[in-house]
Amino acid sequence: MKSKDYLKDLNEIKHLMNKSSRFMSLSGLSGILAGIYALTGAFFVNSIINNIKESSNVLERFVITFDSVLTLILIAFGVLFLSVITAIYLSWRKAKKHNESLWDATSKRLLINFMIPLTTGGFFVIFLVEKEMFTLVAPLTLAFYGLALVNASKYTLGYIRYLGITIIILSLISLWFIGYGLLFWSLGFGVCHIVYGTLMHFKYDKKQSNN
Amino acid sequence: MGLITNINKAFDHRIRLGIMSILMVNEYADFNTLKELLDATDGNLASHLKALEKEEFINIEKQFIGRKPNTRYSATKVGATAFKEHINALERIINKQK
Repeated sequence: MKSKDYLKDLNEIKHLMNKSSRFMSLSGLSGILAGIYALTGAFFVNSIINNIKESSNVLERFVITFDSVLTLILIAFGVLFLSVITAIYLSWRKAKKHNESLWDATSKRLLINFMIPLTTGGFFVIFLVEKEMFTLVAPLTLAFYGLALVNASKYTLGYIRYLGITIIILSLISLWFIGYGLLFWSLGFGVCHIVYGTLMHFKYDKKQSNN
Repeated sequence: MGLITNINKAFDHRIRLGIMSILMVNEYADFNTLKELLDATDGNLASHLKALEKEEFINIEKQFIGRKPNTRYSATKVGATAFKEHINALERIINKQK
C-alpha cells in the first residue's frame, strides 16, 4: 500500500465513525427558518403586550389580558410546531439526497438525548407557571434548551454544541435582567438560531452538495 | 524497527477497517447495521467478522429480540488498543511522507 491508500484509509475511518454515530442530515436551513419563526412570533407577542400596557382603563386592560393569554399560547405553540415540522421536512430531504434514512439508530439516539433535558425543562416550566412564578420562565426555558443542545451535540453536527453553549450563557445573563424575558427569548431562539443555522448551512449543506 | 511495524495485518481490508471504526464509536452494532453502513454482502461481512473474532478484537453476543435472533458485536479492549495503534501508525507514515 502506498501513502495515498493510507490516507484513504484514514478518511474512510473518519467517515464511518461519523456516519455510524452521528446524525449528519440535520439541516442548517431549518435552524435559520426556526429563528425567523421565533422572531416573527416575538414581534406579535410584543405588540400584544404593548397593547395591554397602553390601555388605561383597568377593566379594559383586564379583558384584553384575558383574551391575549390564549393568543400568546397559540403563538408559542405555532412557532414550536412550525419549527419542528420544518426541521423534520428539511432533514428528511437532506437524508434522501444522501441516500440515508431519517429514522435510524443515529437519529433515535439524537432525539432521546435531546429530549431528556428538554422534557425536564418543560415540566419545570409548567410547574412554575402553575405556581404563577413567571419571572424564571424565560431564563429556565433557555437554560434547558441550551443544555439539551449540548447534550445532543455528541450525536449530530458539532456546531450544535456552540449554539447550546451560547444559549446557556444567554440564559444566565437573562437572570440579571428579569422582565426582559421576551428580548432574551428573541435573542436565543431567534438570533442565535439564524446565526448558527447560517454557519451550519455554509459549512455542512453547501460542502456536501458540492461533493 | 521500520515504519510498518505497527501496521496491523488484521486491519488490512476495507471491511475489517470499517467494522472496527464503527465499533470504536458505538458501544454495540448489530449485523444489519454493519451491513448497511459498510455496504457489504452477508457472506463477506460474516467472514470478516469471524476473522476479527479469531484475533479476539471483537465480542459477539447472540440474543433474541422477540423471536428473531439478533447478533450484536462490540470491540474488545485488545481490539481497541490494536486499532488505535494501527491508526497512529497510519498517521505517522502519512506525516513522514509529506
